[in-house]
Amino acid sequence: MRSRLHPVIALVAGLALTACATAPETEREAANARAPFGSTYTPRPSTPTLIRNATVFDGKGAELANADVLMRDGRIVAVGQNLSADGATVVDGAGRFVTPGIIDAHSHLGVYPSPGIQATSDGNEITQPNTAEVWAEHSVWPQDPGFQRAVAGGVTTLHVLPGSANLFGGRGVTLRPVLGARTVQEMKFPDAPQSLKMACGENPARVYGSRNQSPATGMGNVAGYRQAFANAQRYARRLRNAEAGRGDPPDRDLEMETLAGVLNGDIILQWHCYRADEMANAIEVSREFDFEIAAFHHAVEAYKIADLLNEEGICAAMWADWWGFKIEAYDGIRENIPFVHASGGCAIVHSDSEVGIQRLNQEAAKALADGRRAGVEISRAEAWTWLSRNPARALHIDDETGTLEPGRRADVVVWSADPLSSYAVAERVYIDGALIYDRSRINDRPSDFELGQSYRESMQ
Amino acid sequence: MRVLSALLLAAALATPVAAETVLIRDGRVVTNGTAGVIENGDVLIVDGRISAVGANVNAPAGARIVEANGRYVTPGAFAAMSEIGLSEISGSGAPNDATVNSDDISAAADAGRAFNPAVTAVAVTRMEGVTRAAIAPSRTGTIFGGRGALVSMDGEPDSLFRQNAFMVVELGETGASRAGGSRASLWPAFEAALRDAREYPNRYRSGQGGAILSELDAAALQPFARGQGLFLVHIENAADIRRLIRFKRDNPGLRFAIHGGAEAWQVADELARAQIPVIVDPLSNLPDRFERLSARLDNAAILERAGVAVAIAPAPGSVDAHQARLVLQLAGNAVANGMDWGAAFAAVSRTPAEIFGVGSQVGRLERNYQADVVIWDGDPLQVTSAPDVVFIEGVERPLASRQTLLRDRYHPSRREP
Repeated sequence: MRSRLHPVIALVAGLALTACATAPETEREAANARAPFGSTYTPRPSTPTLIRNATVFDGKGAELANADVLMRDGRIVAVGQNLSADGATVVDGAGRFVTPGIIDAHSHLGVYPSPGIQATSDGNEITQPNTAEVWAEHSVWPQDPGFQRAVAGGVTTLHVLPGSANLFGGRGVTLRPVLGARTVQEMKFPDAPQSLKMACGENPARVYGSRNQSPATGMGNVAGYRQAFANAQRYARRLRNAEAGRGDPPDRDLEMETLAGVLNGDIILQWHCYRADEMANAIEVSREFDFEIAAFHHAVEAYKIADLLNEEGICAAMWADWWGFKIEAYDGIRENIPFVHASGGCAIVHSDSEVGIQRLNQEAAKALADGRRAGVEISRAEAWTWLSRNPARALHIDDETGTLEPGRRADVVVWSADPLSSYAVAERVYIDGALIYDRSRINDRPSDFELGQSYRESMQ
Repeated sequence: MRVLSALLLAAALATPVAAETVLIRDGRVVTNGTAGVIENGDVLIVDGRISAVGANVNAPAGARIVEANGRYVTPGAFAAMSEIGLSEISGSGAPNDATVNSDDISAAADAGRAFNPAVTAVAVTRMEGVTRAAIAPSRTGTIFGGRGALVSMDGEPDSLFRQNAFMVVELGETGASRAGGSRASLWPAFEAALRDAREYPNRYRSGQGGAILSELDAAALQPFARGQGLFLVHIENAADIRRLIRFKRDNPGLRFAIHGGAEAWQVADELARAQIPVIVDPLSNLPDRFERLSARLDNAAILERAGVAVAIAPAPGSVDAHQARLVLQLAGNAVANGMDWGAAFAAVSRTPAEIFGVGSQVGRLERNYQADVVIWDGDPLQVTSAPDVVFIEGVERPLASRQTLLRDRYHPSRREP
């Protein structure tokens, strides 16, 4: 498996080298080695913490009874029984459940923030079918009150994507829901690759077809993908030739840079696609142009081609039970997630919703229960992989988070009860070992937007 | 029109053909009534109605016995707001009767005339233990959203059981946007419409016409403007709710319930005194609209403790044709945020029935109530639970849908090698 980390920095640095190879390196540049738009995220201060005597889902599919979780220096140190506190702050986990933090692979927080008004509707550059050049992170408003609500739901990482109006919507970004972040750079998950958001189906065909523009149909969609990747192949070839001393590099083209990044594997592909046949067509495009698809998103008909997805190693990021709101969602069934899981595939519970992101554990619970009723035996700890390990894999951050393995970032949630339940609430949420949410305290770090609203006074 | 409603109601509540005598034995019976929860309770169904509920009900000769074995036995859930039956698929350019794009008809729009009991969403919804629903158009061009109806989830031709059950009116941000762009014009428009309706038909026959309403809309609005029907008011923020409370004080003959009410917790005591019920969404906790800046998760719990009649349904703007089945999940989240379990269950069963004027017929397991009874495989407010058996009007209904057929066709155990 190829290395998953650092690709964006490698890409940006490579381009910078191409563009300014002769520029003198100033002291300032030396001091500020960070790539443009790079992460400035720094973990909050943390103290060593031992959660004791809890029921633990380890994120890999195992459940441990009466287990301890030890975090130190922002990392998981150990999960087991009778761990020594050794000076760590002890949290009583009796009767409680401990899981890896939830990772939402599909969010529009920050780009479609609250309040949702025309001026804040920042998630779809609906100006042409290919806007691979735009980056969702440049629309993210760090003051979206939705980030705080997501943390309270046990979310420790989220992937923010552009919308699905375009064939190529732009680049997505993996973020930490950092309360108090002033810039999006302060939220960026260090070294996580960017994604490209692509879209199948009704949305692009409707948006552009209604303008008498291509794509107006499913076949127009596929032609649009193929022509763009054909152009990107030529661009990438000219870049490689120039690096090898053969000819001039092409003029920088931000759209081409994104697509070339997909072709060379630096940018991972997140593809909005509902129908089984359209996912199959998308896979054919990936074969023609030799790139990988990390995940299909929504994938309402993933259950019909679970074998194909499994063969291709493509994750499916799904809702538990959304259906019927349009015809490409008509065949949605409640067993989509468990059926993908049962076929050995990489199933993910995603939200695509500022409401749903706050209770993804309930969505997993529904999928688990519906799967069991359909005769698919899945343990609750296995179901938790849909919320942490599998999305981490689809975002290529699984070496860093998504499980409670020693050495992973200490992204941990303490739940009041079995989190696969309506009544469980996240009591404590840790990111990189730092306690960033404590239910026993009121929201003491509201976003700037919420500060001083008259209602807050009346809540005192 | 009221006669017609009564006839429809009578027809709909007539004894179902296939009704049988059934004794459900030894359940955890949630009566939603004065008997509370009866442990090891029995429920007797005769001729489509509840005949007896108690600790030891004798089985009449020939009764079918259903052993509940301690499982929850409850009244069916009531989706307090939905668009079920108004479309098969809501988007994609498919026909959608929830959306009224006419300049000529708004208050007169009648969801009951559009309802189709054969849509697949009915069976899908029933499978989650929802047996009754209120439906209304989702959008019209004016502040009047049209006339809502009450429907059963039995899928039968007569499942519309009350037409003209309520009149939707937008008195918040949405209403303002449709009445000149401002609340400053919204309220005068609402008052003018009420006058038009009260003075129907005289001002129309005299040639004067309505100040704001077409003749058709005035006719439809008249019973509501005269206090003979319920206004279901879409309204979210505290200032708007206070305006409504004052308006009701000045117009004591009119009947109001609120749908939305994200900031109702701020005026809980006033709402209780004004006896205005509220249909809230327990997931509404974001300032996603300026009228919802103080939305919070314990809204339902606060209102209930203050003595407000609280029902639970998706907020205006989130109501749809397909996911009304999740109303019990909404209620479970109200419990997670402080609401009493019994109040939360009532908020998705008894209280909607009471708000819509059918509280003496559905929503309880008490003698002479319609036998809408659900036996669950767990706590009905838990997302992991599902019905094992659903009776509507005393008839056990199939728990299968287009979704379960797709499920079975693509079941992993049946895939060809």
